Amino acid sequence: MYKSLSSGCDARLLRCAIARVRLVHVAFARLASIASRTLLFVIFANALTTSAQTPGRPATPVEIKAWDIDVRADFKGLPPGSGSVAKGQEVWEAKCENCHGAFGESNEVFTPIIGYTTQQDMKTGRVAKLTGDTVPQRTTMMKLSQLSTLWDYINRAMPWNAPKTLTTDEVYAVTAYVLNLGGIVPNEFVLSDKNIREVQAMLPNRDGKTREHGMWNVSDKPDVQGSTCRNNCDAKVDITSRLPDYARNAHGNLASQMRLVGGVRGADTTQAAPVTFTTPRPIANSQASTPAIAISAKPDPAKLAAQHACTACHGVANKLLGPSLKDIHAKYRDAKDSVALLAGKIKAGGSGVWGAIAMPAQGHVPDADIRAIAEWIANGDFK
Amino acid sequence: MKSSKFSIGRLQKAPEFFLSREALDLHGDDRRSFLRKAFLAASGVAGAAASGSLLAQTDSVGDPAILNLPAHSTGLGAPVAAKGYGTPSKFEENLQRRESPGLTRVGAASVSFAPLQGFFGIITPSGLHFERHHQGFWDIDPTQHRFMINGLVKNPKVYTMDDLMRLPSMSRMHFIECGANTGMEWGNVAVPTVQYTHGMLSCCEYTGVPLKWLLDDCGIDLKKAKYILAEGADGSGMTRTINLKNALDDVMVAYGMNGEMLRPENGYPLRLVVPGVQGVSWIKYLRRIEVGDMPYDSKDENLHYTDLMPDGKHRQYTSIQEVKSVITTPSGGQVLLDKGFYNVTGIAWSGRGKIRRVEVSADGGKNWKDARLETPVLDKCLTRFNMDWTWNGSDAILQSRATDSTGHVQPTMTQLRAKRGTRSIYHNNAIQSWLVGANGEVSNVQVA
Ligand code: HEC
Ligand code: HEC
Repeated sequence: MYKSLSSGCDARLLRCAIARVRLVHVAFARLASIASRTLLFVIFANALTTSAQTPGRPATPVEIKAWDIDVRADFKGLPPGSGSVAKGQEVWEAKCENCHGAFGESNEVFTPIIGYTTQQDMKTGRVAKLTGDTVPQRTTMMKLSQLSTLWDYINRAMPWNAPKTLTTDEVYAVTAYVLNLGGIVPNEFVLSDKNIREVQAMLPNRDGKTREHGMWNVSDKPDVQGSTCRNNCDAKVDITSRLPDYARNAHGNLASQMRLVGGVRGADTTQAAPVTFTTPRPIANSQASTPAIAISAKPDPAKLAAQHACTACHGVANKLLGPSLKDIHAKYRDAKDSVALLAGKIKAGGSGVWGAIAMPAQGHVPDADIRAIAEWIANGDFK
Repeated sequence: MKSSKFSIGRLQKAPEFFLSREALDLHGDDRRSFLRKAFLAASGVAGAAASGSLLAQTDSVGDPAILNLPAHSTGLGAPVAAKGYGTPSKFEENLQRRESPGLTRVGAASVSFAPLQGFFGIITPSGLHFERHHQGFWDIDPTQHRFMINGLVKNPKVYTMDDLMRLPSMSRMHFIECGANTGMEWGNVAVPTVQYTHGMLSCCEYTGVPLKWLLDDCGIDLKKAKYILAEGADGSGMTRTINLKNALDDVMVAYGMNGEMLRPENGYPLRLVVPGVQGVSWIKYLRRIEVGDMPYDSKDENLHYTDLMPDGKHRQYTSIQEVKSVITTPSGGQVLLDKGFYNVTGIAWSGRGKIRRVEVSADGGKNWKDARLETPVLDKCLTRFNMDWTWNGSDAILQSRATDSTGHVQPTMTQLRAKRGTRSIYHNNAIQSWLVGANGEVSNVQVA
């Protein structure tokens, strides 16, 4: 469909048509200078003016400046400015540490930013620990090969819950601090648009990327080709990996994740696998044993908390930007009328009870949902 | 494969059996308590039921679903427009987008997997399209959304949704697959069902404007331009480089999905559609395209969506989703109802073109036969395949292997690992193996 459209009609044709309309318009404009202004003519001319406009309008320089924030690998787009490691530490402690940990080591909200790079890596430009299976997970610093990437990303997206709120100098400063945590720049370092290329030349994994592969262009050659054998291909087939028994129910009861009719049912993973063949029974609805009729009546508070983004700041058992739900439960479970108390707090938001960071008011969340979540926290029934 | 045991007209379980025992207890009116007795009796004669006849459960008189007229046959149903926007039957609630426990830490930087095990044909229902958010999702007011093109163009421009939707439009069906789909399985089996192994995959009909038209409209400098950068309007300001060849070919600025506007989870009101290329490049909440002359090394091109090779180097800009297929029924976590005929069915796709052939093996890859491809078979789109199969009650390992129009054949896990190791995370297009056990349960296995 697209092929025929795109070959038969493209933007040039569109412009052609528009140009034709413009010609007619000009002719009419000439007529206009001769003719008296009749109402009919005005209407016609307006109609032409509208259709003659190319869709969209020129972007103003100020608009482009407001949105064109990307910083490329060659640092094109980097605004002038500077920031010290010391200033960066202040920004980090106020706006980043909560999620990423004091040393960028936290694994609670995202994979660690700092770790597993060495002075030797800075010399070679390749992170040694990227070969072999010696680290549990790859940190940001292990993978980073362009400093522009770090600057651009913090500038456009961090802090996660308030992106694009840092000043240019704050971005320089906190970038310097991250580099300092990674052991790349010293404590008294000041990062600026003037010296950023020198720091680029020190990045531990600066030579750790390749674009030599067959997956950039459709015309590139794939590096792994399957076999076309159709008969008696393998003498023997061994099962080399399967899910261990203890993980049988790790994704919830699979019986409640499959359709209730058809040639198959979901396996009841709350039970051990049957030894011999037994006709499977359907289990209704996602919440395993919940009867079908009850499901719509009572909303799942855990789902509501996710839906209203409470879980972006509150883990059930772990502190994120806000306290963990378990900690909130412990604090208020014995309070008088705890559900109403919590519901009020959620709706109004607040600060100073758990720390300096404020919880935004949640007035946009329907009262019924707030109440369901408040009951859930008050009961502490998190499983 | 022709089936001899295909028993047409086998009695299906009555709808009442969808209810759990507790539910039956809860609603124990006379008719239902009769059924409950039948149900309990049936559990005692599971063997009889398994052998194919449910009549044993009903005193040989007949199926209660036939003999006792249900409420929907004897009462008045709901009126029109009872739901201004329709939703699926409550009996379909099992099919939900789900997270894989432990995969990510916070819901707003996470992924939910589409329940492929329940889909028919090739189109993903909009409400079950997989989700991937880096900084939460938004429902953006379309009257306030703006789209800008700048960089190496003669006339940088701003378009409103009105502008874009007034232009000549086109509609096209394409798959979208996350580069990390099946990524958990590089080292070993990690998840139980096709929802979690392959569910970062969806396929929709998109409606919008070819990017080429818009680039032409802004007077793109074709002498200098080599790449474009696409950027989202959300907090993550997601940015991805797309090479100009792709951008001028079939990339599209889309507002429509499956006949309506995009869903908020999928980028309402505007997203980029980059056929054949990993989902991260299909920028949601698209606000800007910059035309440039070198790749941009954005966060999700330098720190993620880079494939770690055994030599410790990361491959960057591995964009194309290569030829791949998977059987969706029978698949992991399912149990076969009984021996006999099954329609083995699944989907195949390639980011390099069309699917030319899908072969199916029931013996772990020793022998292969061609599956039937359902039409339509479209470019960079899912293709549905089917194969007749009879389960004889013993172990079987089901696999599918796709070949695309460029002649690229889907590899085995062993072939992939030989070249790319086990730590790539991204672009695992290996042949999937499902073990049908003698107990009727299907499980995710890897074979060599
Ligand atoms: C509310 C929690 C939160 C806060 C506060 C926060 N971050 Fe983040 N940060 C995240 C999450 C979540 C991600 C991953 C986002 C994604 O998946 O795209 C992330 C990603 C990053 C990354 C990229 C890591 C990688 O490997 O992809 C950097 C660098 C970073 N943050 C720096 C900062 C800095 C600097 C600050 C303070 C100015 C900050 N963050 C504040 C949650 C947070
Ligand atoms: C942007 C982050 C953020 C979001 C989103 C958020 N919270 Fe909070 N929440 C916090 C912080 C920070 C605190 C601690 C405030 C304080 O110290 O007084 C908090 C505190 C709380 C408390 C304890 C209040 C007290 O006075 O002890 C409750 C209850 C709570 N949140 C529930 C919720 C619920 C329910 C939602 C979703 C509807 C939600 N929060 C969304 C950050 C958040």
